[in-house]
Amino acid sequence: MTVRKNQATLTADEKKRFVDAVLALKRGGRYDEFVRTHNEFIMSDTDTGERTGHRSPSFLPWHRRFLLDFERALQSVDSSVALPYWDWSADRTPRASLWAPDFLGGTGRSSDGRVMDGPFAAAAGNWPLTVRVDGRTFLRRSLGTGVRELPTRAEVESVLSIPTYDMAPYNSASDGFRNNLEGWRGVNLHNRVHVWVGGQMATGVSPNDPVFWLHHAYVDKLWAQWQSRHPGAGYVPTGGTADVVDLDETMKPWNDVRPADLLDHTKFYTFDS
Amino acid sequence: MPDISRRRALTAAAALAATATAATLAAPAASAAGHEHPMPMPRHPENFDEVYKGRRIQGRPMSGGGHHAEHGGGVEVLVDGVELHVMRNADGTWISVVSHYDPVATPRAAARAAVDELQGAPLLPLPAN
Repeated sequence: MTVRKNQATLTADEKKRFVDAVLALKRGGRYDEFVRTHNEFIMSDTDTGERTGHRSPSFLPWHRRFLLDFERALQSVDSSVALPYWDWSADRTPRASLWAPDFLGGTGRSSDGRVMDGPFAAAAGNWPLTVRVDGRTFLRRSLGTGVRELPTRAEVESVLSIPTYDMAPYNSASDGFRNNLEGWRGVNLHNRVHVWVGGQMATGVSPNDPVFWLHHAYVDKLWAQWQSRHPGAGYVPTGGTADVVDLDETMKPWNDVRPADLLDHTKFYTFDS
Repeated sequence: MPDISRRRALTAAAALAATATAATLAAPAASAAGHEHPMPMPRHPENFDEVYKGRRIQGRPMSGGGHHAEHGGGVEVLVDGVELHVMRNADGTWISVVSHYDPVATPRAAARAAVDELQGAPLLPLPAN
């Protein structure tokens, strides 16, 4: 059984195996298909139309399945690898070990945002960006400049305390847990972290930065925490909602999996704590 | 030159911000309000054509239907003639594909945020689909 661990607790060997598996997917071309899929959904999910991956109740189960696909791809390279998660409410500065050269590398240089160290720096030659929205082929970051502060633990707690999963109109204007976690409303958790990292993480092709997976693995963990705090509250809507994935409807692009199939993460993996 | 165009742009932006706010309050559900009543460019909150940080940014009602029309609330934004994918949120704010998690008030603000983000790099054309 896969155990997802806090990235801050990984051993040097676990970090190396994770990085090597990510680089192997990149070499084989499989990595970039994940980037392409994410961008296609982010450009087509709209508040007034069909919405599946973002700005909708299925934001959480869609990303849970997307991460499962990626984790399974990693495990096809090295079966010992699991997705780590980044608790950005705790490891909240550019000095966190997450950003060290033996793991993801650090922030970008000021002139052009180019990441200069770590295994994903352009100079290492192993991380050319091919799915892009602009001409730049190198990984960029600008940690803490698009927005100064990552969410605090107290802000996370305030969102976990929201008792309702989601609410009509089931989009970026909704109240409820999902939209406050996604960040279009309220203290802004998930969206703000994308902006804090900057570079490609702030764009539709955000999975170009491997931190995407660690960020979403923690968002996913927060969903699990919310479920254990609100055992009587479930995924909504539960049927007949236009443009929105109801509990028992299948989700694109897989078309064979429903939110109902993804509510219990323990079928697939557990967390270290 | 950059100073002059920037000052001009800021003045225009201040005037337009007020217009945009009023329009949003008056018609929160309307998408691309004013389609039927084209006005001279400076009067319409979603029309603009300026040089910002050395690059031409333009916004205009989308001509024809097209795949992207609904996403951008009927507005087309260009940076140096290349379409920037923009999207209107339910609350009237805007995002673009190069700044997708950070809503701003107007399509012009989204175009300027894109120019800031691009740091001179060319935008790639949208994939045809």
